[in-house]
Amino acid sequence: MADPFHIVVCGSLVPDPLQTLEPVAGAQGPGLKNETMLPAVLDPWAGHALFEAANLAKQVAGSQVWLVTLGPKAKLQQLMMTIAQKVPFQLVVLDGTASGFADAHEVATALATAIQGIPGLDRNRLLLFGGCASASRDSGVTLQLVGEQLGIRDQFLGVDELGIEPDGALHILERVEGGQYQVSRCVAPPAVLAWATGSLPEPHNNPQVGMMNMRTIMPQLQKAKPVTVGCAGIQYDTVKLPSQRRDTRVVRDVPAADIAREIVDWLKA
Amino acid sequence: MGSVERQSMDVDIVCAGFGPATGGFMTTLSRALLKPDGQPALESRVMPGMPLQVVCYERADDIGFGVSGVVTRARALRASFPDVDLMQIPMAHPVRHEQVLYLMDPVGASRRPAALRALDAIVRLGRALHQSDHEAVVLPHIPEFISKEDGLLLSIGQFNQWVGNQLQSTGLVQIWPGMPVKEPLFENNRVAGVRLVDQGVDKHGHPEANYMPGMDIRAGLTVVGDGPVGPVGRKLDEHLGMPLGHHQRDWAVGMKAVIELPEGCPLEPGTVLHTLGFPEPEIFGFLYVYPGGLASAGIFVPSWFDSPVRTSYRYLQHWMQHPRLWSYLKGGTLRSWGAKSIQEAGRRGEPWLVGDGFARIGEGSGSTNVLTNSGVDEAWFTGVLLAEAVIELSREGLPYTRDHLERTYVARRRASWLQKEIEIAEKARDGFQRGVLTGLFGMGLTGLTGGRLNLSTASKRPAERIPSLETYCHQLFGPAELAKLRADAAQGQRPLHDALMDRCGWPPIVPDGKLLISHQDALLLGGKVQAPAGYADHVEFLYPNLCEQCDAKVCIEVCSGQAITPGGTGGVPAFDREKCVHCGACIWNCSSSRPEDPERGNIEFRAGAGGLHSSEN
Repeated sequence: MADPFHIVVCGSLVPDPLQTLEPVAGAQGPGLKNETMLPAVLDPWAGHALFEAANLAKQVAGSQVWLVTLGPKAKLQQLMMTIAQKVPFQLVVLDGTASGFADAHEVATALATAIQGIPGLDRNRLLLFGGCASASRDSGVTLQLVGEQLGIRDQFLGVDELGIEPDGALHILERVEGGQYQVSRCVAPPAVLAWATGSLPEPHNNPQVGMMNMRTIMPQLQKAKPVTVGCAGIQYDTVKLPSQRRDTRVVRDVPAADIAREIVDWLKA
Repeated sequence: MGSVERQSMDVDIVCAGFGPATGGFMTTLSRALLKPDGQPALESRVMPGMPLQVVCYERADDIGFGVSGVVTRARALRASFPDVDLMQIPMAHPVRHEQVLYLMDPVGASRRPAALRALDAIVRLGRALHQSDHEAVVLPHIPEFISKEDGLLLSIGQFNQWVGNQLQSTGLVQIWPGMPVKEPLFENNRVAGVRLVDQGVDKHGHPEANYMPGMDIRAGLTVVGDGPVGPVGRKLDEHLGMPLGHHQRDWAVGMKAVIELPEGCPLEPGTVLHTLGFPEPEIFGFLYVYPGGLASAGIFVPSWFDSPVRTSYRYLQHWMQHPRLWSYLKGGTLRSWGAKSIQEAGRRGEPWLVGDGFARIGEGSGSTNVLTNSGVDEAWFTGVLLAEAVIELSREGLPYTRDHLERTYVARRRASWLQKEIEIAEKARDGFQRGVLTGLFGMGLTGLTGGRLNLSTASKRPAERIPSLETYCHQLFGPAELAKLRADAAQGQRPLHDALMDRCGWPPIVPDGKLLISHQDALLLGGKVQAPAGYADHVEFLYPNLCEQCDAKVCIEVCSGQAITPGGTGGVPAFDREKCVHCGACIWNCSSSRPEDPERGNIEFRAGAGGLHSSEN
C-alpha cells in the first residue's frame, strides 16, 4: 500500500471556448474582446489533471488534493460554483491575471511560492499535477518551470496514465508520437506530471462534494493574495486566433465513410 | 445498478432556479443572515449555531446562460442597491432614446388584415408627400404605460452573473449551476424539498455505468423560482391545479440576437426601439443598443398568432431585414443568440403562491406585467418580498407553513405596487384573442383608463389556437399542392415552414455569413448548445398516437433550436438534446391536448442539463 500523496494541481480558468473570441490589444497587453464578460471554465488540461488527482487520492487513502490557481478572484469565484461540485479539493488562490500572455517565469514563481506556503505540505510526498498544455494562450512551459523552482527533477510532460505499483512507485505512460507511449517508472515522489487527456470521464456534479468544498473554498477566496504577473517588457508583434472555416450542414443517413471522405476533401481544398 | 442508494442532504432553504427572482430573494436574505458581530442573526435548524443554510440549484451550466436582454424601469433593483452604480454591470446603460415604430410590409407576404393593408396604403401615400423613412413610421407618442424612459438596459446574462458573484462573495449562500432540479418532494401534501436529476443514465433515463440517483435536498422551505417552463413549478401546478379562474394559456417565444453593430451605425447606446406590424402583425419586435457597439434585437411570437407556421428563426431574419432595421443592422455580426418562452398570462397565470413548505416567486408566479411588458424588475421584487417574509418568520422561530407564508409573503405581495399594477394589467391583452387590432385597442383602453375599462374576452387553450395547415393555406393554394409540400418535407425530414413561407411569397434568406446565417450556425455561433452525457432526454412525446394523427406538428415548426424534427415513419417527431436551447416553446405549441388534461399538450418537458452557453443575452 502506497503512502498517502500530497497532490498539488496547478490550473486556472480560461474563457469558455464556446464563446466568440476576438483578440484585441489593450493597455495591459494583448487580450480578448469583452474578456471580463466572457464566462470562464477550468482550463481543460488542468481539469483532466484535477480529476486524475482526485481519482488517485480516492485510491490511496489519506492523500490530499490542492488546486493552486492564479486568476481574477471574481472569475475564480464563479468558476468554483461549477468545479467544486466535481471532486474534493482544497483551494489556494492567487488573485491576478489569468491571461496567457503573462510571462511564464513570473507565473511559475508565483505558483511555486504559493505551493511552498501550503501548511503541512510534505515535499517528499508531493506530486505536482497540471496540464501538458493550456488553452490559456500561454507558452506551455509553466508547469515545468514550477517544478524546477521547487527543485523537482522527475518531470513527465505528456501523461495519459498513472499507476501506483505495490511498492509505491509511479508507473507512468507518456504520450509520444505515433500513438505510442513512453513507459516510465518513478520510484517515489516528488514528481511533476503534466497531463495530456488522461482517461477519466468528467465526474458527475455532486451536491455533497460541493457543500464540503465550499466550506474551505470561500474563506480561501476571501483571503486571496493579489499577485502581479504580467508581460512588462514583452513586445507582441501580432496576436491572432487560429483561422476558422465554417460550412455547417445537417445531413442524415449518410454513411460515415462518405462523411469522412468529404471532410478529407474539405481539408485538402 | 438499481441498488445504488439515493443520498439525501438537509438544508434550511432550497431554491430551484437562479434568475432575477431568486437573485432578489438571496440578495435580500443574505444581508440579514448575520449580526454585525458575525454571529448568526437567523439561525439554522439543520446546523444549529450557524446561519440559515441556503442553497440554490440552477439547471444551466453557469448562471446567466441562455436568458435574455431587457429594458426595465428597475424600481425594485434600484431599491435593492441604493448605493451601487448599476452601470458597473457589464452592458448596462440608461435608456436615452425610445421610439415605437410601425413597420409596413415591404415584401407583400405579411398576413395583414384589411384594416392594416389600408393603413399601409395611406402611409405610403403620405410617404410620397412626406418622404417617411424606410417603410416605417415613428409613432408620435409613446403611452406612459409602455414607456421605459427612466429605465435601464440590461443583459440579463451579465446581470445574473453580477448578482451571483455578489452573493457568492458573501460566503453566506450557495449557488450551484449545472444541477437541474427534477421535481418537488411531496410528503403528505407538504413540499419537503426537491429531488435533483439522476446522472449516469441513458436518454430514456435508464441507469448506466456511473449511475448516480439524483440527491434529495430536504428543506424547510422550497423556493420555486424556476421560471414558466421550470419542472418544479409545473409539477406543483399539476399536483395542486390552478386557483379558480386562473390559467396559463397565453405565451410567447422571444427569440433574439446580440449583434455587433456595423461601423457607422448611427444608433446611440441607450436607444430603445419597439416595433409592430412586421413580419406579421402579431409579431412584435425590439432593438436595444448597449455600450460598446452592441445591440440586442429580437421578436416575440405569441400563442395568439393563429398560424401553424410559427418559425421564430425565419421570422427573425425577415424582421431584421426590414428596410428600417436593416439600415442599422446591415453589416453587423451576430455575437450571441437565444430564445425563451415568456408566460404572458400575467396575473391570470398566478398559481398557488404558497403551501406548506414552498413559496413561488418570479415569472412562474404570475408576476409579469402584461400591460407594461415588464417582468424582470417585478420578478426581482417577488424575491425581495419573500425574503422579507422569511426573515420575519425566522426571527419569530416559525415554520414555513402555508398559513405563515400567507400572512407574511402573500400579504406583502398583495399590498405592494406590484399587485396593484398587475391587477390593472390583468385584462390588458384579452383583445388579442380576437385579433391584433382589437388587441392593440384593448391594451390602449386598459392603459389609458388605468384598467377601469377593458376589452375582456374568453381565452382559448393554446392547442385551440392552432389552425390546420389546410386552413392556413386555403387562400393561396389548394390541398394537392399542400400535400406535395408536406410529402417533400417529410421525405427530406425537414420542417415544413420554409416551403410554406416560400410559397406564400416570403423571399429566400440570402446568407451574409455574419448576421444572416443558417439556423444551425446560429446555434454554433450564438453561444453553442451543450448536452452533457449521462442525462435523460428532457422532451418526451407522451402519446405517440396523438403525434401520428397530428398534421400541423407545430412543435417542429416552432422549435427554437431545430431540436425537434420530423421523425421516421409513424409520425412521432424526433428530439435531439444536443440542439435544445431549453426555451420551452414546445410545451405550449402542441396542437394535441392530453386526454387527461386539456390544458396541457402532448409534450412532457422535464428537467434537463445543458443548453445554451451564452452570457451576452
